[in-house]
Amino acid sequence: MPILECKEVSRYFGGLAALSRVNFHVEQGEVLGLIGPNGAGKTTLFNLMSAALKPQSGTIRFKDTDVKRLGPYKICRMGLARTFQTVRIFPNMTVLNHAILASYFGRSPGMSSPEALRSASETLEFVGLSTVKAIPAKDLTLANQKRLEVARALGTHPEILLLDEIMAGLNPAEVAQAMELVIRIRNKGITIIMIEHVMKAIMSLCDRIIVLHHGQKIAEGTPQEIATSEKVIKVYLGDKAHAGSK
Amino acid sequence: MDIPKLISSKRFVLGFLFILLVVLTTLPLYAARYSIVLLTTIFMYVVLTVSWTMFSGPTGYVSLAPAAFFGAGVYASALLGFVFPLPVIIVVGALSSACLALLVGALTLRLRGIYFVMFTFGLVELLLHFILWWEVTITGTTGRVVPTVGNTTVYYLMLTILVMVILTTYLIKHSRFGLALQSIGECEEAAAHTGVNVTALKIMTFAASAFFMGAAGAVMATRWTYIDPRIAFNPILSFLPVLMAIFGGMGQLFGPVIGAVIFTTLEEFLITRFPYYYMLIFGIIMVVAILYLPDGLVGLTQKLWNRISGAKYADP
Repeated sequence: MPILECKEVSRYFGGLAALSRVNFHVEQGEVLGLIGPNGAGKTTLFNLMSAALKPQSGTIRFKDTDVKRLGPYKICRMGLARTFQTVRIFPNMTVLNHAILASYFGRSPGMSSPEALRSASETLEFVGLSTVKAIPAKDLTLANQKRLEVARALGTHPEILLLDEIMAGLNPAEVAQAMELVIRIRNKGITIIMIEHVMKAIMSLCDRIIVLHHGQKIAEGTPQEIATSEKVIKVYLGDKAHAGSK
Repeated sequence: MDIPKLISSKRFVLGFLFILLVVLTTLPLYAARYSIVLLTTIFMYVVLTVSWTMFSGPTGYVSLAPAAFFGAGVYASALLGFVFPLPVIIVVGALSSACLALLVGALTLRLRGIYFVMFTFGLVELLLHFILWWEVTITGTTGRVVPTVGNTTVYYLMLTILVMVILTTYLIKHSRFGLALQSIGECEEAAAHTGVNVTALKIMTFAASAFFMGAAGAVMATRWTYIDPRIAFNPILSFLPVLMAIFGGMGQLFGPVIGAVIFTTLEEFLITRFPYYYMLIFGIIMVVAILYLPDGLVGLTQKLWNRISGAKYADP
Protein backbone atom coordinates (compact mmCIF):
# COMPACT_ATOMS: atom_id res chain seq x y z
CA MET A 1 0.00 0.00 0.00
CA PRO A 2 1.34 3.46 -0.85
CA ILE A 3 2.36 5.69 2.08
CA LEU A 4 0.78 8.75 0.42
CA GLU A 5 -1.85 8.88 -2.27
CA CYS A 6 -3.51 11.74 -4.17
CA LYS A 7 -6.79 11.06 -5.97
CA GLU A 8 -8.38 13.52 -8.41
CA VAL A 9 -6.99 16.46 -6.42
CA SER A 10 -8.05 19.94 -7.56
CA ARG A 11 -7.35 23.35 -6.11
CA TYR A 12 -8.46 26.71 -7.51
CA PHE A 13 -7.34 30.21 -6.65
CA GLY A 14 -10.21 32.41 -7.80
CA GLY A 15 -10.98 31.16 -11.28
CA LEU A 16 -7.50 29.82 -11.87
CA ALA A 17 -6.98 26.07 -11.55
CA ALA A 18 -3.66 25.70 -9.74
CA LEU A 19 -4.16 21.94 -9.80
CA SER A 20 -6.78 19.97 -11.65
CA ARG A 21 -7.53 16.29 -11.09
CA VAL A 22 -4.04 15.23 -10.15
CA ASN A 23 -3.50 11.55 -9.36
CA PHE A 24 -0.36 9.96 -8.00
CA HIS A 25 1.02 7.89 -5.16
CA VAL A 26 4.32 7.43 -3.34
CA GLU A 27 5.65 4.12 -2.09
CA GLN A 28 7.51 3.64 1.17
CA GLY A 29 11.23 4.38 0.78
CA GLU A 30 10.90 5.93 -2.66
CA VAL A 31 12.43 9.20 -3.90
CA LEU A 32 9.83 10.95 -6.03
CA GLY A 33 10.73 14.01 -8.11
CA LEU A 34 8.23 16.74 -8.92
CA ILE A 35 9.17 18.98 -11.85
CA GLY A 36 7.50 21.45 -14.14
CA PRO A 37 7.80 25.07 -15.29
CA ASN A 38 7.17 27.93 -12.86
CA GLY A 39 3.52 28.19 -11.88
CA ALA A 40 2.83 24.56 -12.70
CA GLY A 41 1.35 23.95 -9.23
CA LYS A 42 4.22 22.10 -7.55
CA THR A 43 4.33 24.13 -4.36
CA THR A 44 0.53 24.18 -4.18
CA LEU A 45 0.66 20.39 -4.22
CA PHE A 46 3.14 20.48 -1.31
CA ASN A 47 0.84 22.82 0.59
CA LEU A 48 -2.05 20.43 0.08
CA MET A 49 -0.04 17.38 1.16
CA SER A 50 1.19 19.10 4.31
CA ALA A 51 -2.37 20.29 5.15
CA ALA A 52 -1.50 23.99 4.86
CA LEU A 53 -4.25 24.20 2.23
CA LYS A 54 -7.30 22.06 1.65
CA PRO A 55 -8.21 20.70 -1.78
CA GLN A 56 -11.60 21.74 -3.19
CA SER A 57 -12.11 18.29 -4.56
CA GLY A 58 -10.34 14.97 -4.46
CA THR A 59 -8.64 13.29 -1.52
CA ILE A 60 -5.12 13.01 -0.19
CA ARG A 61 -4.48 10.05 2.05
CA PHE A 62 -1.37 9.79 4.23
CA LYS A 63 -0.92 6.41 5.91
CA ASP A 64 -4.59 5.78 5.10
CA THR A 65 -5.84 8.93 6.87
CA ASP A 66 -7.59 11.72 4.99
CA VAL A 67 -5.30 14.74 5.24
CA LYS A 68 -8.23 17.14 4.85
CA ARG A 69 -9.25 16.70 8.45
CA LEU A 70 -5.79 17.34 9.91
CA GLY A 71 -4.01 20.60 10.63
CA PRO A 72 -0.34 21.10 9.71
CA TYR A 73 0.84 20.30 13.24
CA LYS A 74 -1.12 17.05 13.33
CA ILE A 75 0.22 15.78 10.04
CA CYS A 76 3.73 16.66 11.21
CA ARG A 77 3.20 14.59 14.36
CA MET A 78 1.95 11.75 12.15
CA GLY A 79 5.27 11.76 10.33
CA LEU A 80 5.11 14.14 7.37
CA ALA A 81 7.61 17.01 7.45
CA ARG A 82 8.45 19.68 4.87
CA THR A 83 10.81 22.48 3.96
CA PHE A 84 9.84 25.78 2.32
CA GLN A 85 10.76 27.13 -1.08
CA THR A 86 11.55 30.56 0.35
CA VAL A 87 13.52 29.95 3.53
CA ARG A 88 11.27 30.13 6.62
CA ILE A 89 13.64 29.76 9.51
CA PHE A 90 13.28 31.40 12.92
CA PRO A 91 15.79 34.27 12.43
CA ASN A 92 16.72 34.99 16.06
CA MET A 93 16.62 31.39 17.27
CA THR A 94 19.88 29.46 17.49
CA VAL A 95 20.45 26.55 15.13
CA LEU A 96 20.41 24.12 18.07
CA ASN A 97 17.06 25.43 19.30
CA HIS A 98 15.51 24.83 15.86
CA ALA A 99 16.41 21.17 16.18
CA ILE A 100 15.36 20.98 19.84
CA LEU A 101 11.96 22.47 18.98
CA ALA A 102 11.55 19.82 16.30
CA SER A 103 12.36 16.99 18.72
CA TYR A 104 9.96 18.35 21.35
CA PHE A 105 6.98 18.75 19.05
CA GLY A 106 7.63 16.22 16.28
CA ARG A 107 6.53 12.64 15.89
CA SER A 108 7.59 11.53 19.38
CA PRO A 109 6.37 14.28 21.72
CA GLY A 110 6.91 14.12 25.47
CA MET A 111 10.70 13.86 25.27
CA SER A 112 12.60 14.94 28.36
CA SER A 113 14.98 17.83 27.82
CA PRO A 114 18.18 15.71 27.81
CA GLU A 115 16.55 13.36 25.28
CA ALA A 116 15.50 16.28 23.09
CA LEU A 117 19.00 17.74 23.30
CA ARG A 118 20.58 14.42 22.32
CA SER A 119 18.16 13.90 19.44
CA ALA A 120 18.72 17.49 18.26
CA SER A 121 22.50 17.13 18.39
CA GLU A 122 22.28 13.93 16.34
CA THR A 123 20.16 15.68 13.72
CA LEU A 124 22.60 18.60 13.47
CA GLU A 125 25.51 16.17 13.26
CA PHE A 126 23.70 14.30 10.47
CA VAL A 127 23.10 17.38 8.29
CA GLY A 128 26.48 18.90 9.15
CA LEU A 129 25.50 21.93 11.19
CA SER A 130 27.15 20.97 14.48
CA THR A 131 29.86 23.59 14.20
CA VAL A 132 27.37 26.48 13.95
CA LYS A 133 24.81 25.27 16.48
CA ALA A 134 25.11 28.27 18.83
CA ILE A 135 24.57 30.84 16.06
CA PRO A 136 21.23 32.58 15.40
CA ALA A 137 19.77 31.31 12.13
CA LYS A 138 19.79 34.72 10.45
CA ASP A 139 23.61 34.79 10.57
CA LEU A 140 23.99 31.59 8.51
CA THR A 141 24.82 31.46 4.80
CA LEU A 142 21.96 30.65 2.41
CA ALA A 143 23.26 27.11 1.92
CA ASN A 144 23.32 26.56 5.67
CA GLN A 145 19.88 28.13 6.11
CA LYS A 146 18.51 25.62 3.59
CA ARG A 147 20.34 22.88 5.44
CA LEU A 148 18.74 24.13 8.67
CA GLU A 149 15.29 23.85 7.07
CA VAL A 150 16.10 20.22 6.31
CA ALA A 151 17.42 19.73 9.86
CA ARG A 152 14.26 21.16 11.40
CA ALA A 153 12.11 18.86 9.26
CA LEU A 154 14.32 15.82 9.94
CA GLY A 155 14.34 16.65 13.66
CA THR A 156 10.65 15.80 13.85
CA HIS A 157 11.62 12.22 12.83
CA PRO A 158 9.39 12.02 9.75
CA GLU A 159 8.53 8.98 7.66
CA ILE A 160 8.10 11.17 4.61
CA LEU A 161 9.96 14.37 3.82
CA LEU A 162 8.86 17.03 1.32
CA LEU A 163 11.83 19.03 0.02
CA ASP A 164 10.89 22.22 -1.85
CA GLU A 165 13.81 23.43 -3.99
CA ILE A 166 16.52 22.91 -1.41
CA MET A 167 19.18 23.43 -4.10
CA ALA A 168 17.91 26.66 -5.64
CA GLY A 169 20.46 29.46 -5.38
CA LEU A 170 23.33 27.22 -4.30
CA ASN A 171 26.71 27.03 -6.05
CA PRO A 172 27.86 23.74 -7.67
CA ALA A 173 29.86 22.62 -4.63
CA GLU A 174 26.89 23.28 -2.34
CA VAL A 175 24.55 21.45 -4.74
CA ALA A 176 26.85 18.42 -4.59
CA GLN A 177 26.71 18.50 -0.78
CA ALA A 178 22.93 18.82 -0.81
CA MET A 179 22.65 15.84 -3.18
CA GLU A 180 24.82 13.77 -0.91
CA LEU A 181 22.55 14.76 2.02
CA VAL A 182 19.44 13.60 0.13
CA ILE A 183 21.07 10.22 -0.51
CA ARG A 184 21.90 9.82 3.17
CA ILE A 185 18.32 10.73 4.15
CA ARG A 186 17.00 8.12 1.73
CA ASN A 187 19.40 5.55 3.16
CA LYS A 188 17.79 6.13 6.57
CA GLY A 189 14.60 4.74 5.03
CA ILE A 190 12.79 8.07 4.80
CA THR A 191 10.49 8.52 1.81
CA ILE A 192 11.25 11.72 -0.10
CA ILE A 193 9.25 13.90 -2.47
CA MET A 194 11.37 16.67 -3.95
CA ILE A 195 10.63 19.70 -6.09
CA GLU A 196 13.76 20.78 -7.91
CA HIS A 197 14.86 22.74 -10.94
CA VAL A 198 18.42 21.42 -10.80
CA MET A 199 18.01 18.67 -13.42
CA LYS A 200 21.28 16.94 -12.62
CA ALA A 201 20.04 16.38 -9.08
CA ILE A 202 16.55 15.26 -10.07
CA MET A 203 17.81 12.84 -12.71
CA SER A 204 20.39 11.17 -10.51
CA LEU A 205 18.44 11.06 -7.21
CA CYS A 206 14.89 10.16 -8.14
CA ASP A 207 13.41 6.70 -8.60
CA ARG A 208 10.42 8.21 -10.36
CA ILE A 209 9.47 11.65 -11.67
CA ILE A 210 6.15 13.42 -12.11
CA VAL A 211 5.84 16.37 -14.48
CA LEU A 212 3.25 19.05 -13.81
CA HIS A 213 2.19 21.68 -16.34
CA HIS A 214 -0.61 24.23 -15.84
CA GLY A 215 -1.85 22.25 -12.86
CA GLN A 216 -2.06 18.95 -14.71
CA LYS A 217 0.07 15.86 -14.54
CA ILE A 218 1.40 15.45 -18.05
CA ALA A 219 3.96 12.71 -17.53
CA GLU A 220 5.19 10.18 -15.04
CA GLY A 221 8.04 7.72 -15.21
CA THR A 222 11.66 6.90 -14.50
CA PRO A 223 14.23 9.66 -15.09
CA GLN A 224 15.15 7.92 -18.34
CA GLU A 225 11.57 7.94 -19.62
CA ILE A 226 11.02 11.57 -18.62
CA ALA A 227 14.25 12.73 -20.27
CA THR A 228 13.18 11.23 -23.58
CA SER A 229 9.46 12.05 -23.39
CA GLU A 230 8.44 14.28 -26.30
CA LYS A 231 5.60 15.82 -24.30
CA VAL A 232 7.99 16.96 -21.57
CA ILE A 233 10.52 18.33 -24.01
CA LYS A 234 7.72 20.26 -25.71
CA VAL A 235 6.66 21.83 -22.41
CA TYR A 236 10.15 22.90 -21.50
CA LEU A 237 11.52 23.90 -24.91
CA GLY A 238 8.43 24.55 -27.06
CA ASP A 239 7.31 23.02 -30.36
CA LYS A 240 9.81 22.03 -33.01
CA ALA A 241 7.68 23.93 -35.50
CA HIS A 242 7.85 27.11 -33.43
CA ALA A 243 11.56 26.75 -32.89
CA GLY A 244 12.15 26.62 -36.61
CA SER A 245 9.73 29.29 -37.80
CA LYS A 246 10.19 33.03 -37.50
CA MET B 1 38.23 37.43 40.96
CA ASP B 2 36.56 38.04 37.61
CA ILE B 3 33.77 40.51 38.40
CA PRO B 4 31.59 40.10 35.26
CA LYS B 5 31.65 36.33 35.76
CA LEU B 6 30.70 36.66 39.42
CA ILE B 7 27.72 38.93 38.74
CA SER B 8 26.29 36.72 36.03
CA SER B 9 26.74 33.51 38.05
CA LYS B 10 23.56 31.72 39.06
CA ARG B 11 24.37 31.72 42.76
CA PHE B 12 24.81 35.50 42.79
CA VAL B 13 21.51 36.12 41.01
CA LEU B 14 19.60 33.74 43.31
CA GLY B 15 21.20 35.29 46.39
CA PHE B 16 20.32 38.77 45.22
CA LEU B 17 16.71 37.79 44.53
CA PHE B 18 16.43 36.13 47.94
CA ILE B 19 17.70 39.23 49.76
CA LEU B 20 15.35 41.40 47.70
CA LEU B 21 12.41 39.19 48.61
CA VAL B 22 13.31 39.28 52.33
CA VAL B 23 13.55 43.08 52.22
CA LEU B 24 10.20 43.37 50.43
CA THR B 25 8.39 41.02 52.82
CA THR B 26 9.67 42.72 55.95
CA LEU B 27 9.23 46.25 54.57
CA PRO B 28 5.76 46.98 56.06
CA LEU B 29 7.29 46.49 59.55
CA TYR B 30 9.46 49.60 59.35
CA ALA B 31 8.74 51.57 56.17
CA ALA B 32 6.50 54.62 55.91
CA ARG B 33 2.89 54.13 54.81
CA TYR B 34 3.48 56.20 51.70
CA SER B 35 6.19 53.87 50.42
CA ILE B 36 3.98 50.84 51.00
CA VAL B 37 1.21 52.42 48.94
CA LEU B 38 3.63 53.49 46.22
CA LEU B 39 5.22 50.03 46.13
CA THR B 40 1.79 48.42 45.76
CA THR B 41 1.17 50.58 42.69
CA ILE B 42 4.59 49.64 41.33
CA PHE B 43 3.84 45.94 41.94
CA MET B 44 0.55 46.30 40.10
CA TYR B 45 2.31 47.72 37.05
CA VAL B 46 5.01 45.04 37.23
CA VAL B 47 2.30 42.34 37.30
CA LEU B 48 0.51 43.89 34.31
CA THR B 49 3.73 44.38 32.35
CA VAL B 50 5.20 40.94 33.04
CA SER B 51 1.94 39.16 32.27
CA TRP B 52 1.62 41.21 29.07
CA THR B 53 5.15 40.17 28.09
CA MET B 54 4.39 36.52 28.91
CA PHE B 55 2.21 36.34 25.80
CA SER B 56 3.03 39.34 23.61
CA GLY B 57 6.81 39.30 24.12
CA PRO B 58 7.69 36.05 22.36
CA THR B 59 4.73 35.83 19.96
CA GLY B 60 4.76 39.43 18.73
CA TYR B 61 0.96 39.64 19.01
CA VAL B 62 0.54 43.12 20.50
CA SER B 63 -2.46 42.90 22.80
CA LEU B 64 -4.15 46.07 24.00
CA ALA B 65 -6.56 44.08 26.15
CA PRO B 66 -4.86 44.35 29.59
CA ALA B 67 -7.42 46.96 30.72
CA ALA B 68 -10.24 44.55 29.83
CA PHE B 69 -8.74 41.67 31.83
CA PHE B 70 -7.80 43.96 34.71
CA GLY B 71 -11.32 45.41 34.69
CA ALA B 72 -12.90 41.96 34.80
CA GLY B 73 -10.94 41.34 38.03
CA VAL B 74 -12.00 44.72 39.44
CA TYR B 75 -15.66 43.91 38.79
CA ALA B 76 -15.34 40.48 40.38
CA SER B 77 -14.22 42.28 43.54
CA ALA B 78 -17.02 44.82 43.28
CA LEU B 79 -19.76 42.24 42.73
CA LEU B 80 -18.63 39.65 45.27
CA GLY B 81 -16.84 41.92 47.77
CA PHE B 82 -19.43 41.55 50.52
CA VAL B 83 -20.21 37.90 49.77
CA PHE B 84 -16.94 35.96 49.75
CA PRO B 85 -13.58 36.23 51.54
CA LEU B 86 -10.90 38.07 49.57
CA PRO B 87 -8.77 35.05 48.49
CA VAL B 88 -11.83 33.47 46.88
CA ILE B 89 -12.64 36.75 45.13
CA ILE B 90 -9.11 37.01 43.75
CA VAL B 91 -9.31 33.48 42.32
CA VAL B 92 -12.75 34.19 40.84
CA GLY B 93 -11.51 37.47 39.33
CA ALA B 94 -8.45 35.75 37.87
CA LEU B 95 -10.49 32.87 36.47
CA SER B 96 -13.14 35.09 34.91
CA SER B 97 -10.37 37.06 33.21
CA ALA B 98 -8.81 33.84 31.95
CA CYS B 99 -12.18 32.60 30.62
CA LEU B 100 -12.72 35.91 28.86
CA ALA B 101 -9.27 35.52 27.31
CA LEU B 102 -10.03 31.96 26.18
CA LEU B 103 -13.16 33.17 24.42
CA VAL B 104 -11.56 36.24 22.88
CA GLY B 105 -8.43 34.30 21.97
CA ALA B 106 -10.38 31.59 20.19
CA LEU B 107 -12.17 34.27 18.17
CA THR B 108 -9.32 36.63 17.37
CA LEU B 109 -5.98 34.88 17.50
CA ARG B 110 -6.28 34.15 13.80
CA LEU B 111 -5.92 37.87 13.22
CA ARG B 112 -2.41 39.10 12.76
CA GLY B 113 -0.76 42.48 13.18
CA ILE B 114 -2.86 45.61 13.29
CA TYR B 115 -6.19 43.74 13.18
CA PHE B 116 -5.40 41.92 16.40
CA VAL B 117 -4.25 45.16 18.05
CA MET B 118 -7.45 46.97 17.11
CA PHE B 119 -9.70 44.11 18.15
CA THR B 120 -8.15 43.76 21.58
CA PHE B 121 -8.46 47.48 22.15
CA GLY B 122 -12.05 47.35 20.92
CA LEU B 123 -12.69 44.72 23.56
CA VAL B 124 -11.81 47.21 26.32
CA GLU B 125 -14.27 49.75 24.94
CA LEU B 126 -16.91 47.09 24.35
CA LEU B 127 -16.77 45.83 27.93
CA LEU B 128 -16.66 49.37 29.33
CA HIS B 129 -19.79 50.43 27.48
CA PHE B 130 -21.59 47.16 27.97
CA ILE B 131 -21.15 47.32 31.76
CA LEU B 132 -21.98 51.01 31.78
CA TRP B 133 -25.22 50.25 29.95
CA TRP B 134 -25.93 47.30 32.23
CA GLU B 135 -25.41 49.30 35.41
CA VAL B 136 -27.52 52.23 34.26
CA THR B 137 -30.44 50.38 32.71
CA ILE B 138 -30.57 47.09 34.62
CA THR B 139 -29.21 47.69 38.12
CA GLY B 140 -29.78 51.44 38.20
CA THR B 141 -26.36 52.42 39.57
CA THR B 142 -23.14 53.63 38.02
CA GLY B 143 -20.62 52.97 40.75
CA ARG B 144 -20.07 50.29 43.35
CA VAL B 145 -18.46 50.24 46.77
CA VAL B 146 -15.72 47.69 47.42
CA PRO B 147 -14.88 46.65 51.01
CA THR B 148 -11.40 47.80 52.02
CA VAL B 149 -8.88 45.50 53.65
CA GLY B 150 -5.99 47.75 54.69
CA ASN B 151 -2.80 48.83 52.95
CA THR B 152 -0.54 46.12 54.32
CA THR B 153 -2.85 43.29 53.24
CA VAL B 154 -3.12 44.76 49.74
CA TYR B 155 0.67 45.07 49.67
CA TYR B 156 1.23 41.42 50.59
CA LEU B 157 -1.43 40.17 48.18
CA MET B 158 0.08 42.14 45.32
CA LEU B 159 3.56 40.93 46.24
CA THR B 160 2.31 37.32 46.18
CA ILE B 161 0.77 37.77 42.73
CA LEU B 162 3.98 39.45 41.57
CA VAL B 163 6.15 36.53 42.69
CA MET B 164 3.73 34.08 41.08
CA VAL B 165 3.61 35.87 37.73
CA ILE B 166 7.39 36.19 37.54
CA LEU B 167 7.86 32.53 38.46
CA THR B 168 5.26 31.42 35.90
CA THR B 169 6.78 33.55 33.14
CA TYR B 170 10.23 32.23 33.99
CA LEU B 171 9.04 28.61 33.89
CA ILE B 172 7.21 29.07 30.58
CA LYS B 173 10.16 30.88 29.03
CA HIS B 174 12.55 28.07 29.93
CA SER B 175 10.26 25.22 28.94
CA ARG B 176 9.50 23.67 25.55
CA PHE B 177 6.50 25.99 25.36
CA GLY B 178 8.73 29.06 25.65
CA LEU B 179 10.67 27.83 22.64
CA ALA B 180 7.43 27.15 20.78
CA LEU B 181 6.08 30.63 21.58
CA GLN B 182 9.29 32.14 20.21
CA SER B 183 8.92 30.07 17.04
CA ILE B 184 5.36 31.37 16.64
CA GLY B 185 6.64 34.94 16.88
CA GLU B 186 9.39 34.36 14.34
CA CYS B 187 7.47 32.33 11.75
CA GLU B 188 4.10 30.95 12.68
CA GLU B 189 3.65 28.88 9.53
CA ALA B 190 6.93 27.05 9.99
CA ALA B 191 6.13 26.51 13.68
CA ALA B 192 2.89 24.74 12.75
CA HIS B 193 4.72 22.53 10.25
CA THR B 194 7.23 21.60 12.97
CA GLY B 195 4.43 20.08 15.05
CA VAL B 196 3.53 23.02 17.28
CA ASN B 197 -0.21 23.34 17.91
CA VAL B 198 -0.01 27.09 17.40
CA THR B 199 -3.68 27.91 18.00
CA ALA B 200 -3.95 26.04 21.31
CA LEU B 201 -0.63 27.36 22.58
CA LYS B 202 -1.50 30.96 21.75
CA ILE B 203 -4.92 30.76 23.41
CA MET B 204 -3.61 29.04 26.55
CA THR B 205 -0.78 31.55 27.02
CA PHE B 206 -3.14 34.45 26.36
CA ALA B 207 -5.43 33.08 29.09
CA ALA B 208 -2.54 32.57 31.52
CA SER B 209 -1.48 36.17 31.05
CA ALA B 210 -5.08 37.37 31.57
CA PHE B 211 -5.32 35.27 34.74
CA PHE B 212 -2.70 37.38 36.51
CA MET B 213 -4.11 40.66 35.18
CA GLY B 214 -7.51 39.71 36.59
CA ALA B 215 -5.98 38.81 39.95
CA ALA B 216 -4.24 42.20 40.08
CA GLY B 217 -7.54 43.93 39.28
CA ALA B 218 -9.39 42.08 42.03
CA VAL B 219 -6.78 43.12 44.60
CA MET B 220 -6.49 46.71 43.40
CA ALA B 221 -10.25 47.28 43.60
CA THR B 222 -10.13 46.88 47.39
CA ARG B 223 -7.76 49.82 47.63
CA TRP B 224 -9.94 52.11 45.56
CA THR B 225 -13.06 51.52 47.73
CA TYR B 226 -15.31 53.01 45.03
CA ILE B 227 -15.26 51.91 41.40
CA ASP B 228 -17.28 52.54 38.26
CA PRO B 229 -16.84 51.16 34.72
CA ARG B 230 -14.60 54.06 33.68
CA ILE B 231 -12.21 53.41 36.55
CA ALA B 232 -12.25 49.62 36.09
CA PHE B 233 -11.75 49.65 32.33
CA ASN B 234 -9.40 52.63 32.09
CA PRO B 235 -7.78 52.38 28.60
CA ILE B 236 -4.50 53.80 29.91
CA LEU B 237 -3.98 50.43 31.64
CA SER B 238 -3.84 48.86 28.19
CA PHE B 239 -1.12 51.20 26.96
CA LEU B 240 1.12 51.50 30.00
CA PRO B 241 2.14 47.82 30.17
CA VAL B 242 3.17 47.96 26.50
CA LEU B 243 5.19 51.15 27.02
CA MET B 244 6.81 49.81 30.18
CA ALA B 245 7.79 46.59 28.45
CA ILE B 246 9.33 48.48 25.52
CA PHE B 247 11.06 50.87 27.91
CA GLY B 248 12.60 48.04 29.92
CA GLY B 249 13.31 45.73 26.99
CA MET B 250 11.62 42.43 26.25
CA GLY B 251 14.66 40.26 25.53
CA GLN B 252 15.10 39.25 29.16
CA LEU B 253 12.57 38.52 31.88
CA PHE B 254 13.86 41.30 34.15
CA GLY B 255 13.48 43.87 31.35
CA PRO B 256 9.73 44.43 31.83
CA VAL B 257 10.22 44.34 35.62
CA ILE B 258 12.85 47.07 35.53
CA GLY B 259 10.84 49.00 32.93
CA ALA B 260 7.73 48.99 35.10
CA VAL B 261 9.62 49.92 38.28
CA ILE B 262 11.52 52.84 36.74
CA PHE B 263 8.53 54.02 34.71
CA THR B 264 6.17 54.12 37.71
CA THR B 265 8.74 55.79 39.96
CA LEU B 266 9.51 58.33 37.26
CA GLU B 267 5.81 59.07 36.80
CA GLU B 268 5.34 59.56 40.54
CA PHE B 269 8.41 61.83 40.72
CA LEU B 270 7.31 63.93 37.74
CA ILE B 271 3.71 64.28 38.97
CA THR B 272 4.84 65.59 42.36
CA ARG B 273 7.63 67.84 41.05
CA PHE B 274 6.18 69.11 37.77
CA PRO B 275 2.41 68.70 37.97
CA TYR B 276 1.85 70.88 34.88
CA TYR B 277 4.60 69.63 32.62
CA TYR B 278 4.79 66.01 33.65
CA MET B 279 2.96 64.59 30.61
CA LEU B 280 5.20 66.62 28.31
CA ILE B 281 8.43 65.44 29.96
CA PHE B 282 7.10 61.93 30.06
CA GLY B 283 6.32 62.02 26.35
CA ILE B 284 9.83 63.22 25.51
CA ILE B 285 11.42 60.44 27.58
CA MET B 286 9.26 57.86 25.80
CA VAL B 287 10.13 59.14 22.33
CA VAL B 288 13.84 59.12 23.15
CA ALA B 289 13.58 55.61 24.60
CA ILE B 290 11.83 54.24 21.51
CA LEU B 291 14.19 55.99 19.09
CA TYR B 292 17.48 55.25 20.76
CA LEU B 293 16.83 52.16 22.86
CA PRO B 294 15.24 49.62 20.50
CA ASP B 295 15.96 46.84 22.97
CA GLY B 296 15.08 48.92 26.02
CA LEU B 297 17.16 49.68 29.06
CA VAL B 298 18.15 46.06 29.46
CA GLY B 299 19.26 45.84 25.83
CA LEU B 300 21.45 48.90 26.32
CA THR B 301 22.96 47.52 29.50
CA GLN B 302 23.62 44.21 27.81
CA LYS B 303 25.33 45.89 24.88
CA LEU B 304 27.65 47.76 27.26
CA TRP B 305 28.12 44.58 29.26
CA ASN B 306 29.18 42.58 26.20
CA ARG B 307 31.68 45.29 25.37
CA ILE B 308 33.16 44.97 28.85
CA SER B 309 33.26 41.18 29.01
CA GLY B 310 33.91 40.74 25.27
CA ALA B 311 31.34 37.99 24.74
CA LYS B 312 29.29 37.47 21.59
CA TYR B 313 27.82 34.05 21.17
CA ALA B 314 28.17 32.97 24.77
CA ASP B 315 26.45 29.76 25.77
CA PRO B 316 23.24 30.48 27.67
